[in-house]
Amino acid sequence: MTDRLPGFSTLAVHAGAQPDPTTGARATPIYQTTSFVFNDADHAASLFGLQAFGNIYTRIGNPTNAVLEERVAALEGGTAALAVASGHAAQLVVLQQLMRPGDEVLAARKLYGGSINQFTHAFKAFGWNVAWADPDDAGSFERAVTPHTKAIFIESIANPAGSITDIEAIAAIARNAGVPLIVDNTLASPYLIKPIDHGADIVVHSATKFLGGHGNSLGGIIVDAGTFDWAKDNKYPMLSEPRPEYHGIRIQETFGNFAFAIACRVLGLRDLGPALSPFNAFMILTGIETLPLRMQKHCDNAKAVAEFLSTHPAVSAVNYAGLPGDRYNNLQRKYAPKGAGAVFTFSLKGGYDAGVNLVSNLKLFSHLANVGDTRSLVIHPASTTHSQLDDAAKVKSGAAPDVVRLSIGIEDKEDLIEDLDQALRA
Amino acid sequence: MNHDAYDDNYIRSILNGVKSIAMVGASPVNVRPSYFAFKYLAQRGYDMIPVNPGHVGKALMGKPFVASLADIGRPIDMIDIFRNSSHIMPVVEEALKLSPPPKVIWMQLGARDDAAAEKAEAAGLKVVMNRCPKIEYGRLSSEISWMGVNSRTLSSKRAPVPTQGMRLSLNRTSFGGGQTAASDRAAKNKTEST
Ligand SMILES: Cc1ncc(COP(=O)(O)O)c(C=O)c1O
Repeated sequence: MTDRLPGFSTLAVHAGAQPDPTTGARATPIYQTTSFVFNDADHAASLFGLQAFGNIYTRIGNPTNAVLEERVAALEGGTAALAVASGHAAQLVVLQQLMRPGDEVLAARKLYGGSINQFTHAFKAFGWNVAWADPDDAGSFERAVTPHTKAIFIESIANPAGSITDIEAIAAIARNAGVPLIVDNTLASPYLIKPIDHGADIVVHSATKFLGGHGNSLGGIIVDAGTFDWAKDNKYPMLSEPRPEYHGIRIQETFGNFAFAIACRVLGLRDLGPALSPFNAFMILTGIETLPLRMQKHCDNAKAVAEFLSTHPAVSAVNYAGLPGDRYNNLQRKYAPKGAGAVFTFSLKGGYDAGVNLVSNLKLFSHLANVGDTRSLVIHPASTTHSQLDDAAKVKSGAAPDVVRLSIGIEDKEDLIEDLDQALRA
Repeated sequence: MNHDAYDDNYIRSILNGVKSIAMVGASPVNVRPSYFAFKYLAQRGYDMIPVNPGHVGKALMGKPFVASLADIGRPIDMIDIFRNSSHIMPVVEEALKLSPPPKVIWMQLGARDDAAAEKAEAAGLKVVMNRCPKIEYGRLSSEISWMGVNSRTLSSKRAPVPTQGMRLSLNRTSFGGGQTAASDRAAKNKTEST
């Protein structure tokens, strides 16, 4: 028996799954149940006290979800993971373990718009403050760290423009500041980038996107890298102090290098409640089995489409890190050599009206607010997600009136190019 | 011996090989980690002996507490030390005086004493530090997977349904050594900075 790391595709198919002990079912069964029968009173008590391995209630854990959790932990190179109802739920549960009123999260200015909303409005109501820094300038993070900073939050490949973040530079700043680095790896997926290898302490996903990959199920994942010492200076009492709801056990002392994932489960998910449906876990697991195949095709198609657009007479600019000469091309070659992902933006010479026309003339691309589907997707942010902003604010957030965002699917690239070409000419 | 990262086969050979385990610092208080590690290992079929001078006269899962290793009075395969790092050395010294000495010294999660480890290894004992045998057993058998832990093992075999007192197979296919490359690196950095 050798301790040799199997390849990514083998893990994508096998990690966490095993033929069902009772039925022999080879595919992971959907344990569509709220609760699990105890052997006896003593068994029940030891499960509730976190003393025994086993299932209690699906808000806290479920065998189908557990397969998904172990699989993503293995793909990301983490010690453990937790599945939750959505990417936003993952962000909420992670920060709830780290933040108290008056604490601050230092976040990259380039984030998915929904995350900017969540941090700015919902978290503010909890008394959690957010400070913003520029992911293209690691020094801006260093300058923004204060004694109240409890975490740094970035995206590996940022939505919407597909820019690549210098994870190692920001990880070094987090280490010096003594705070964990949280990386949203949604747009890259572990097939393209494994943030833990570059210094991330926690990875979050909207599994809704490339992990699930078929646009059919919401889901979120939290991965614990097992790298952060939570007990060091008592900055994170949820992990280092005795927990009254569990007879005074200390999470870090009891669970060691997967303590953070356990805290997210037994304190965060248990009390906040955004559990993932086992059915959705099954759908996402099935999606992950083909993640390496799909992701490569997404990237190859996106590169072909970006190349086509970059020479099109109706297009003024293409932001795709996979194109030579793009400002993020060097970072892409370092962090994501297999491809620059499938989400990017481009600008139209014809401005706002050309954007509206393009979207309505496309026949294969779907006009909707999602990314990471097998199908190719398009959105014109200025007339939809960012329509409430004035023109100056639109430009600042990467949603200038002439900007269109694509999420390239796994269709035949010739058909995608032809569809874009006819819509740009129409 | 690298004590920042252990090969799965090293841990597996210990957990497959030992039958009797004396737990130094075992607590009868049912919310202490030592209590539930003791209970788990007993349920998985190990011959457990609780050692704690403060609780002589009481029993843990029907096993009477003894005051010291010398009081056990029969050969013991492994000593699991549930004490802080600063209390490890005297326990190891006491263990080395036993005849025959134990085969394995295991220090709990959070506990590490490199000098004591060296001493035990010089006498031919195997040493594990800063690990929990319950977690390692649960991981290698994949019983721990219910909580999303990366067991770092794969198996295409149908697993038996675990029952009370049953030893589980630890012989799944392992990948990677230690606890994952990233957490091993973090542990090593921590050791070097202290
Ligand atoms: C990068 C990124 N993070 C988080 C989210 C939020 O995920 P969910 O919609 O699953 O809550 C999204 C959704 O678009 C996203 O693109």
